[in-house]
Amino acid sequence: MGLAVKVENVSKAYQLGQFNTGALSQDLERWWALVRGKEDPFLKIGETNDRSVKGSSNIVWSLKDINLEIEQGGAVGIIGKNGAGKSTLLKILSRVTSPTSGIIRVKGRMASLLEVGTGFHPELTGRENIFLNGAILGMRKREIKKQFDEIVDFAGIERYIDTPVKRYSSGMYVRLAFAVAAHLESEILIVDEVLAVGDAEFQKKCLGKMGNISRGEGKTVLFVSHNMNSVANLCKRSIVLDRGMISMTGDTQKAIEFYRSSSISDNVDIDKGLMDRLKRTTGSARISNFCGIDLLGNESWFFGDDEPVTLGVSIKCFDNIDGLGIYIALESPSSGEIVTNCKAILSSEKLKNQSEEDFVLCVGKEGSFRPGEYNLYVALANPNFTKWYDVIDKNVNLPSLVITSPKIDPHYHSGFFNVSLSVEKRNEKYS
Amino acid sequence: MNSVSEDYWDLEISSKQSLFDLKLRDIWRYRDLLQMFVLRDFKAFYKQTILGPVWFFIQPLFTMGVYIFVFGNLAGLSTDGIPQPLFYLAGIICWTYFSDCLLKTSNVFRQEGAILGKVYFPRVIMPLSLIFSNLIRFIVQLVLFLLAISYFVIQGTTLTLSLYLWLFPILILCLALQGLGLGMIVSALTTKYRDVALLLGFGVQLLMYSTTVVYPLSSLNGNIQTIIGLNPITLVIEGVRKGFFNQGLFDLYSLVYLLFSTLIVLILGLIIFNKVERHFVDTI
Repeated sequence: MGLAVKVENVSKAYQLGQFNTGALSQDLERWWALVRGKEDPFLKIGETNDRSVKGSSNIVWSLKDINLEIEQGGAVGIIGKNGAGKSTLLKILSRVTSPTSGIIRVKGRMASLLEVGTGFHPELTGRENIFLNGAILGMRKREIKKQFDEIVDFAGIERYIDTPVKRYSSGMYVRLAFAVAAHLESEILIVDEVLAVGDAEFQKKCLGKMGNISRGEGKTVLFVSHNMNSVANLCKRSIVLDRGMISMTGDTQKAIEFYRSSSISDNVDIDKGLMDRLKRTTGSARISNFCGIDLLGNESWFFGDDEPVTLGVSIKCFDNIDGLGIYIALESPSSGEIVTNCKAILSSEKLKNQSEEDFVLCVGKEGSFRPGEYNLYVALANPNFTKWYDVIDKNVNLPSLVITSPKIDPHYHSGFFNVSLSVEKRNEKYS
Repeated sequence: MNSVSEDYWDLEISSKQSLFDLKLRDIWRYRDLLQMFVLRDFKAFYKQTILGPVWFFIQPLFTMGVYIFVFGNLAGLSTDGIPQPLFYLAGIICWTYFSDCLLKTSNVFRQEGAILGKVYFPRVIMPLSLIFSNLIRFIVQLVLFLLAISYFVIQGTTLTLSLYLWLFPILILCLALQGLGLGMIVSALTTKYRDVALLLGFGVQLLMYSTTVVYPLSSLNGNIQTIIGLNPITLVIEGVRKGFFNQGLFDLYSLVYLLFSTLIVLILGLIIFNKVERHFVDTI
């Protein structure tokens, strides 16, 4: 397959601070330098983009020498921390702004979706807005006409189609907006965080639709998200951006692990979490290591939906204790609710001070969990679960458990657990 | 990989771009969008109003009333023998069209920044759509003007049309393009310096007095007449009055000057706008 997008040495500089009276004199200085054929005096002193460190100049490189090749077909994820340059890259790709240097070559029609409902006018009806929004996204009128029924159907707002959108509920508004975008007839689709809006149900529907677009219709999708689960589900390949540079490209799972490990290493919240952890528990036994284990025995927080969810835990005692129990809870990151919890006795015998033990735990049966991301809580206690020795929660930056699935079925991507549905045919009628 | 297809790219995005690459093909491809924007502006204007498009009539009528009182009666300015309502109305609708085009185009980056910052389409579509939606308004007001003329004719006033009336569409085109061109030049400045927008806000009202909306060019003499006559908008208004009433200072030299100045303003505006549209998102 050929290339769809080729990015060569693209950089983008931004000027920090306010534009006010100072801006005019700088502009004149810059203009004077250009007239004399010299380099722009404000671009020379650029530096990498680290927002926590105050730099000496007020020019910052949001992207620096990005080289990238994206093949036709399939979805590519772009991940990175806030301010890593993801949105800037998408903005340049979608031609909203232009690069400071470098060149991007694109094959095929490209449409971008940096926001759903761009240009929706509150006074216009749903029907009028479909045509307006479609045209803004680059569709011709007859293309929209052809897909009109499908769009209305996807959004599920048929009854309201001739009502001004200002009377829509926010959910209906977003559904209509996404429906238009989902029916774009372009070879390359650029999507930025749009799934962050709408309820969980709708997010999964959108994700399913995007999966269809990239896998089923063979289009190229560039997808930015903070939701690792969405990226893992949708994209085979991913790019990790860090401070305006590409820090790795490759397989999505590896990219996410790389991103996670790099974001943990520079997180200062760990200490705070540890302090907190000691205050709430006795500290008689501690979790010294906790990780997911894949089928090959390597550390991984990704599990296929047909694999057993295996966790490894190492503990160390700091006191003589009567026995040890473990409590694990799974939390939904979107709602913050505990989805389920489970307990087990690790040891009913006495454990001596300074003794170390390793255990392997298996949560649920194979295929218990629906695809998605789950936050983990782990706690150590005595066998009666009346005294707590140690607790690990989200303050400690434990990676989330991610269940992945190759299935596209949007119904399969909602909910948390798999339960079977048995069917029996009855011959007589209920009376 | 196929080496032939590798060399062919549909689109190149780079930091450099020729000043004169006006992307006319792109604009043609997005003509449906232009139509949508015009429709949107027009529909959104009178939604949830009782009077609807009648509002297009009210503004020139009231303005005309005030001008008749202040300039016609109190100041006693000449109207070249044209009935006062018709004289002022001709000036008002032309000036309104020009100033609307100018003000809205110059504010386009700020007004529509939300859309422009999120999705690409040829930026010039936006000001073009403003020119067209204001044209609808102008045409509605023109109907009012024609109604007023027929009223006076029925009342027995004799009006003489002149051959210059054939130039009317060209005059209006010049009016629109002047507004567009100047607006685009100003819009480039407003993205970075809001001062310009503030200046233009009241400046436009004052600028009106540098054209012949409330007085005829023939009432001036000497250098002042020459200077005011250099304003292209003056020429349009004089030309319209010449066409409908056979009064006003407008000849073929004026037409050549008008066309020439419009062309320069338009090209300058397009070039500047084209340069600014690529970066305005970062500065607005």
